[in-house]
Amino acid sequence: MKRITLPLTDETIKDLHAGDSVLITGSMLTGRDAAHKRLYELIEKGEPLPVDIDGEVIYYVGPAPAKPGHIVGPAGPTSSYRMDKYTPALLDRGLKGMIGKGARSQEVIDSMVKNGVVYFGAIGGAAALISKSIKKTETLAYEDLGTEAIYRFYVEDFPAIVVIDSYGKSVLVK
Amino acid sequence: MEIRKIKSQQITDAVKKLYMDMNYFIGEDILNALKKAEQNETSPTGKSVLSQLIENHKIAAEEEVPICQDTGMAVLFVEYGDKVVIEDGSFDDAVQEGVRRAYIDGYLRKSVVSDPVFDRINTKDNTPAIIYTEIVSGDKIKILGGCKGFGSENMSSIKMLTPSASIEGVKKFILDTVKYAGPNPCPPIVVGVGIGGTFEKAAMLAKKATLRPIDTKNPDPRYAQLEDEMLEEINKMGFGPAGLGGTNTALGVNIETFPTHIAGMPVAVNICCHAARHKEITI
Repeated sequence: MKRITLPLTDETIKDLHAGDSVLITGSMLTGRDAAHKRLYELIEKGEPLPVDIDGEVIYYVGPAPAKPGHIVGPAGPTSSYRMDKYTPALLDRGLKGMIGKGARSQEVIDSMVKNGVVYFGAIGGAAALISKSIKKTETLAYEDLGTEAIYRFYVEDFPAIVVIDSYGKSVLVK
Repeated sequence: MEIRKIKSQQITDAVKKLYMDMNYFIGEDILNALKKAEQNETSPTGKSVLSQLIENHKIAAEEEVPICQDTGMAVLFVEYGDKVVIEDGSFDDAVQEGVRRAYIDGYLRKSVVSDPVFDRINTKDNTPAIIYTEIVSGDKIKILGGCKGFGSENMSSIKMLTPSASIEGVKKFILDTVKYAGPNPCPPIVVGVGIGGTFEKAAMLAKKATLRPIDTKNPDPRYAQLEDEMLEEINKMGFGPAGLGGTNTALGVNIETFPTHIAGMPVAVNICCHAARHKEITI
């Protein structure tokens, strides 16, 4: 088990290999379908983004609402392939890591290798367990999207696995 | 049999409880299957994933929070007794209100958008629920509810096979669909298969099959055997828990059938994640 901290340095990324189990501590962005579509459209138009993604890790998640007394509701990963269309544009803008579940397209993997990016998998459906590692949240952008807004999560020992490393090697069974 | 009068609030309250319970407490059938899978899984990563899923169910039940953040779209199969009269409103309104109250008061995620293509604006209460009502004789209302997450729903498929495809064609389509889904639908999955009927009937049967407890078998021994054979073949694929490799890609395969046309043999495969939430109540 490797303990890593965010933001990711290029050295850390180079040291991560497909299959490594990691515990992640630090601050990450969240975003899924609707937020990706908006970010992508801004990039296409050459307009500024509402959040700086340079050097960040993004977690594909739409959390359930927090019960009173809870920091966040259950918050497991959503399927990553739905973000594939938008991902290379975000990686070209400096995004260094992604956390989701399931497979990615070859275009995404090529862009990861080109930009030195790592893709982590969290366990789909282990949402209540994963939420224990989320210590603080704040809304950064697109509040109107509700669960699909972009949040900042501060996590401690967030459990994940390196699914595709920056060399393009994948642990997924084909 | 006499007419039975009930108030719409009774239906609303029952549906609300049904949806909150279903999202917090996984069924015994799934929990037992996960425990069995954890014991026999050969991949250490797969074993670890399964033990985390079991731990997740424990946390969800203890804290009464959803098992998964995707609390799905509500789908209900209703058997409505023809002697039941709702005194103060419509059945559909009472069910929709029950779903609304469960998702708002129960801190479940609201995942429904108003229009599928153009607006995609969240309805903020997870309605409308999808309700399939069948009128039966009697003075009871039986509701089989499910909440369907879309990570797995998106991996589902239907094919209008024709009779010459035979049993081999059915097997191939089931296995091809599961193989195409691969690591995406949160394996170990539950596979619901609907065979026969018409285009939409096959799909509804497949959905209903995902809501049948996985410790039950199709009553026809030939289909029961097909369920076993498909489960074995799927688990040879090696996707494993979370798609990270292993011997447990599926927890169960449920098949439901219906008579069909002389020219047809529709097959629908509805894939469900390991958080296969389903619950039945009788009012």
